[in-house]
Amino acid sequence: MQRKFKFFVNGERVEVDGDGDMPLLWALRDKLGITGPKYGCGSGICRACTCHLDGEEVQTCQVPLSECRNKRVTTIEGLADGDQLHPVQQAWIDADVGQCGFCQPGQIMTAVALLERTSEPSDADIAAIENMCRCGTYVRIREAIKAAAAGDVGTPDDPPDNDKPDKPGKPDNPGKSQDRGKGGKPDVGEPEESVEEPSEPDDSVIGGIGSSVG
Amino acid sequence: MARPKPVAQDRGRGLGRRKFLTFLVAAPTLTVAAKWGLDGFAPATAVPSLPSLADVGDLGDALIIGIKPTSHLMVLEITEDNRMRFELPRVEVGQGITTSMAMIVAEELDARLGDVDIQLSDSRPELQFNQFTAASTGVRVLWEPVRQMAADARARLVAAAAKRWDVPAGQLTTRDSHVWAPDGRSLSYGSLSADAREESAAGAEPKESSEFKVIGKPTTRLDAYNIVTGKALYTMDLPIEGALPTVVARPPTIKGTVASVDDQEAKAMPGVVAVTRIPSGIAVSAETFYDALRARDALKITWHAGPNDNLSDSDIRSQLKGTVEPLAAPKVRDSYLDVTFDFAFVNHAPMEVENAIAHVRDGKADVWMPSQAPIYAQQTIAEAVGLPEEAVRVHVNRAGGSFGRKLFLDAGLEAARVSRVIGRPVKLMWTRQDDMKHGRMRPRSHHTIRASYTAGEVMSFEHRMAGVVVDFTHGLGEALTSNTDDPNEFPSAIYFNMSQANPYNLGLAQQSMKDLILKIPTGSWRSVYSGVMRTAEEVVMDELAERMGEDAITFRKRMVKANSGKAVLAKAAEAANWGRGMPSGHAQGVGYHSEYRSHVACIVELDASDHPHVTKAVLVADVGQVVNPRGLEAQMLGSTMDGIATALRAGVHIDNGAVRESSYGDFLWTKHHDAKFEFEFHSISTTWEPGGAGELAVPAVCAAVANAYARATGTRPRSFPISF
Ligand code: FES
Ligand code: FES
Repeated sequence: MQRKFKFFVNGERVEVDGDGDMPLLWALRDKLGITGPKYGCGSGICRACTCHLDGEEVQTCQVPLSECRNKRVTTIEGLADGDQLHPVQQAWIDADVGQCGFCQPGQIMTAVALLERTSEPSDADIAAIENMCRCGTYVRIREAIKAAAAGDVGTPDDPPDNDKPDKPGKPDNPGKSQDRGKGGKPDVGEPEESVEEPSEPDDSVIGGIGSSVG
Repeated sequence: MARPKPVAQDRGRGLGRRKFLTFLVAAPTLTVAAKWGLDGFAPATAVPSLPSLADVGDLGDALIIGIKPTSHLMVLEITEDNRMRFELPRVEVGQGITTSMAMIVAEELDARLGDVDIQLSDSRPELQFNQFTAASTGVRVLWEPVRQMAADARARLVAAAAKRWDVPAGQLTTRDSHVWAPDGRSLSYGSLSADAREESAAGAEPKESSEFKVIGKPTTRLDAYNIVTGKALYTMDLPIEGALPTVVARPPTIKGTVASVDDQEAKAMPGVVAVTRIPSGIAVSAETFYDALRARDALKITWHAGPNDNLSDSDIRSQLKGTVEPLAAPKVRDSYLDVTFDFAFVNHAPMEVENAIAHVRDGKADVWMPSQAPIYAQQTIAEAVGLPEEAVRVHVNRAGGSFGRKLFLDAGLEAARVSRVIGRPVKLMWTRQDDMKHGRMRPRSHHTIRASYTAGEVMSFEHRMAGVVVDFTHGLGEALTSNTDDPNEFPSAIYFNMSQANPYNLGLAQQSMKDLILKIPTGSWRSVYSGVMRTAEEVVMDELAERMGEDAITFRKRMVKANSGKAVLAKAAEAANWGRGMPSGHAQGVGYHSEYRSHVACIVELDASDHPHVTKAVLVADVGQVVNPRGLEAQMLGSTMDGIATALRAGVHIDNGAVRESSYGDFLWTKHHDAKFEFEFHSISTTWEPGGAGELAVPAVCAAVANAYARATGTRPRSFPISF
């Protein structure tokens, strides 16, 4: 039955006309144009659709709209505080985690939730994460989570020739945790071409997991 | 750049530098295009052919030559606002090609990396062979033409500045997207771009490797920011006005067809806009995917059986056994090994399911899709919807993974068909279950190997494979067969012959492959035949070494043809502390592979107790000149997970013509708990021209895992995945 559901997405009040059984994933993507959460399986297995509901990690393909009334939903789009990336996002850039990138919004939302539950996750905690990555970025995800847990994010000295002042950069205060759900507007219907906007390239040598030999 | 002397299998690496000319395309700002050869090439009018593979070596070599006539059509533009815009005729599937290409452009232009924009090119049939993303050829094939284009652009910009300032060009320098005068004045490239159109690039040469500042430096992906903020847009995220979410009801068995459909109830459901019959099933278009999925489930369809409904894995295996060529090498008394292997079907299973957006109307069509072969997609869609080829545009979008899957246009074709019928833009998505049950797979294969040896030498190594036929009908296959006179020559046979080579000196070495033709959807899967062929061979190498009483790495080093092969094996042994004591139930294992003019060795440590898992992986590769070491390491990491998955657990069963698995819950790909290992990657730096790297490590890792498992358990793995 069609009804109105009111809740908050990334700090903004939204209203969705729909059926109470509609999974939050499709409400976000098809009704609100918020495309960060991805469909990967539709059955709670791959976790590419992971977001936060009142601060808890959820698989949005499994959460019906009827359970979202008046709750706060945070998607990957709402994680940064304006231009200031969440430390976990920054750690992801530092470790150059993403390959195809498709699973990464879900991986990041899961990692943020994990770090809120456990400030120093063990290898076993990280190994217990269920999110699939078909590109096989797990080792770098582990590295990024550990760096974020240690507050070791952001590379302070980017070489000047890669400066890109018009692009959102790294947090000035790496490691400082931020309120989730603040700022960060949903990208409703914003067109974007397939040109990749460069972030600040990081020229530091590969840390930790191997190095070049001559 | 310095070129070491090729030895044995190193031959073909570092072909002599070709001479390039360039010319200017009329455009408001400097738009450079590369052109080969002093006399140029006329645009091809006949059916184009790739050079005969026997004459060159492998697909990469063929493409290096095959793209020459059309390379001048690639576009690099310096815009007035000082952006360097390169239209890349490839697709980004996660392999990092956009970052590598931006680095190459920045290097040769002396531009800031942040000033380079890489745009994925729409389908452009005039590019012919220069719009395939396949066979780890991206950097390898574009290396020279793109560097030359950028070097030419830089020369023209310098010439324009020299004129503007009336200073000899030889006194000017370039850096940070500017030309600099000796007195410190500078002009941005953007401000010189219009003038530079009139200048010549005579004699411009790409840099020597010793001058590289950007190439070879570990660089974070340029799309890393977009990935972590959700701004990276995949096809289903594109805001195409009015595009209707569409899903397809598919048959219970592979390639079943619709007998009848009752869509009354479905049509009456909320949000439903149209129900359309297409060759692969019944498509439902609605306002949201939720509406479309619910209505799909309300369709009452009766299905005709598919062509494989009497076939299960065991039948396919027997048919493969009956197909494989018999072993012919003589058996040397007591000193031979006869071994058989089986490899299961493996789905590509990229995280992003098959999808495409299509809008067919008013005698034209636009299709947005991640495509490794967009020219073929354009031609095929044009034919399917009855439009001339020029009326169809395929807009190539980044892919959420591919592993070979996006060579095909399954969803693109369906979306175009539905859009043509309903006259609306259509956003068609396969479900995960669709992709698992009807998606494409690395085919099941059966292998027999006979190796004979005597007095410390291997006398013969015979390897016969039979596999369910790999579907090569995605344009590249047609290109491969277009220059053979033999109408019976399958692209699969050609691809097999050109990609397979035993990298060791093993006396009389023979490899052959026979296709079993079945109507099961297949496709090239990261590393194609090498994933199975080389894994099987590497397992036999271990068993031969054991028979001959030699250490597995010493044996390989003695047998391997290429010096680069010896080097990666030696480095891996040292880095992994090969031969160190391991607790019971644990073992080390090694694998080596060479292809695409590159070499890789892998040593893993595996704990076979309980749930077998890798505890350490060390990879050493020599891929020639490395463009982005960070990206290279990412490819090695991804290939490591592929090797582990296909060795241990990931496979697909066929039961009575249907795929048994339905999602990642039963198709056991790796997860975080399979990646608890320590990962170490070393790149042996050489200045050969870049080889291929994207698929290189899959066979080496798969073999290393199998060999470690064999040692840890005292068993002989013969069937993959090991637990299935
Ligand atoms: S799409 Fe929600 S868990 Fe896979
Ligand atoms: S980065 Fe491709 S699926 Fe994880």
